[in-house]
Amino acid sequence: MVLVYSDNKNLTIEMLSKAVEIAKQNKKKVTAAIIGKPDEKLAKEYISYGSDKVFIAETNLESFKAEEYTDILAKIVKETGAETILIGSNKNGKELSARLGGKLKAGCVVDSNNIYFKNNKLLAERVVYSGNAIAVEQFNSKPAIITIPPKVFNPLKKDDSRKGEVIKKKIDGEKSTSKILKVQEMKTESVNVEDAKIIVSCGRGFKNKDDIKLVKELADVLKGKTVGCSRPIAADLKWLPENHWIGLSGHKVKPKLYIAAGISGQIQHIAGMRDSGIIVAINKDPDSLIFKSADYGIVGDLYKVLPKLTDAIKTKMG
Amino acid sequence: MNIIVCAKQIVDVSEMKIDPTTKKPILLGVPQKISDIDKNAMEEAIKIKEKHGGKITVVTIGPANAKERIKELLAMGADEGVLVTAASNIDYYITATLLAEAIKKIGKYDIILCGEASVDLFSGQIGPRVAGLLDIPQITYAQTVTAEKDKVTAERNMGDKAVTIEAKYPVLITVTKEINQPRLPSLMQILGAGNKPVNEWAADLLSSGLKPLIETVDLKGVSMERKNIIYKDDIDESVNKLVDSLAKEGVLRG
Repeated sequence: MVLVYSDNKNLTIEMLSKAVEIAKQNKKKVTAAIIGKPDEKLAKEYISYGSDKVFIAETNLESFKAEEYTDILAKIVKETGAETILIGSNKNGKELSARLGGKLKAGCVVDSNNIYFKNNKLLAERVVYSGNAIAVEQFNSKPAIITIPPKVFNPLKKDDSRKGEVIKKKIDGEKSTSKILKVQEMKTESVNVEDAKIIVSCGRGFKNKDDIKLVKELADVLKGKTVGCSRPIAADLKWLPENHWIGLSGHKVKPKLYIAAGISGQIQHIAGMRDSGIIVAINKDPDSLIFKSADYGIVGDLYKVLPKLTDAIKTKMG
Repeated sequence: MNIIVCAKQIVDVSEMKIDPTTKKPILLGVPQKISDIDKNAMEEAIKIKEKHGGKITVVTIGPANAKERIKELLAMGADEGVLVTAASNIDYYITATLLAEAIKKIGKYDIILCGEASVDLFSGQIGPRVAGLLDIPQITYAQTVTAEKDKVTAERNMGDKAVTIEAKYPVLITVTKEINQPRLPSLMQILGAGNKPVNEWAADLLSSGLKPLIETVDLKGVSMERKNIIYKDDIDESVNKLVDSLAKEGVLRG
C-alpha cells in the first residue's frame, strides 16, 4: 500500500498521481491520510484525484509539533500496513519524515524528484552536491519514506465519479512537552514564486535595496509580476523576504521565462531555477557563470539594461 | 549545561570538479571540511556555554581522517571530541543510530545541536532522526536560540512564518546558517586544540551489525544544455534583439 500525506492539499494531490502510478505497477492501492478535523469534503477530493482510500486520523491538535505528528503518522502506517510513504516536502513534512524514519527504522529520501521501480527495487532520485549531481537511492527495506517537493508531479485529471472508502478514526498520540509561544508572519507581501509563470530575479549586482524597483518594474510589464532573488538578497542583506529566494535552500521554480539580473550564477542558485523554460541573464561580467546556464544573455550594466528592457517590452506588447 | 554538537565531515563542494565527458562529479581527492552549518551549531553551543558554563562535546561519524576536522571545532571552543569510525557505505539510518548510541554513551546532555542539514547532500534527516531515537523533543530550523537555566526558547524559520517555541531539557535543536557568524579560532586556540581529548570509538562496538536501509546505486551527472546566445553589442541593440527572441519563443505573455 502507498500512503500519501501532506498538510498541504495541492501537494497531496500532486503526490497522488505518482502514488497511483507506482501502486499500479505493484497491484497495490493508494491511501491518502488526513490528520486533524474530519474533513469529508477534502477526503472526497483526494478520491477524485486518484486515492483509493482516505484515512482520517481525528485529532484535536491545534498546531503542528513534529513529535506529535510523527506518533500519529506512525500509528497510521501501522494501521494501514503502508509500505511506501510519500510525504509532502515542506518544512513540516521534512522534519516529520526524518523523525518517522528514526522511529520506524525506515529508510528515507528527502526532496525526491523521480520515483520508480527497477528489478523490483524502489528507487528515488534526488539532487545532491549543490545541484551538480543526481543521486539514485535504492531502498533495501520497508517501509520506504520519500518526501516530494511542490510542483514535481502533475496531478491526475479530477474525476468526481471515482468511488473510494473513507475511514475515520480517533487517534491519541504522545504529547509533546514543547510549547508554541508565538507565531509571526514573516511575509510582507503575498508571493508564490513556485507558481509563477514569469520570474525576474535580482542578485548581488544590485547596489542598494531601493534599486530592486528596477526588477519590479520589469516584472510588472510582464504578466508574471513575480520578483525572485538569490541567497545574498534574502538571507544576508534581507532586502527581500525569504519567499522570494530561489535556490537550493530557497524555492525551486520552473517558470516559462526566468530573467536573472545581477546574479553571478552560483551552483546553489542554478539548482533552484535550472528547470525554467527560457533563462535570460543580464550581467556586466562576460565571464559570469550565469551565462553558461542561460539561453539568452546581455553583457552590460543592469542599471542601464533593465530600464531599456522594460521600455522595449512595453512597446512590443502594446 | 552539557552540550553536544553533531558535526559532519564533507567534501568541499566548491572545490569539486565535473568530468567533462560523463558530467559526473569527481569526488576523489576533493578537500574535506566540516559542513558549514555545523559550524553555526558549534558557535551557538559556545555562546550557550559562555552564558551558563558547562561542557561541549562534539561528535562525528566518519573515517579516521575526520579527527583533523574535529580539531578545528576543538579550536573554536569544544572541550572534547568523539569520533565514531565507520565504514564509508553508511546511510542516514546508520549515522543517526551511531550518533544516538554515542550520545547515550556520553551520558549527560541538556542540548544537542546540529546544523539544519549538511551542505553536500542537504537532506536534514540526522537531527530529527536522532531526536526520534532518543525520544526527546526537536526544534528544527532555529534562527535564534535563548537558553535559560531550565528551558530553552527558539525562533524557528518556517519560511513564511517565524514560530517561537519553548522546550525543557533535554532537547535537540537544528540551526540555520543565518543564526550566527561562526568565530575563527586564534593561533593560540588552534595550538591548544592539540591538547584536548578526541576519543575514537569503533562503530561496531556502539551498535553491531547495522545494515544500510538505503544505498546510493548511482551518481548521475546533470546536463545543462542551454542556447547560450549572448548579446554583447551596444545595449540598445542587445535589448531589441533579446525582446525579438523572447517574443519568438512565445514567453513574453506568461
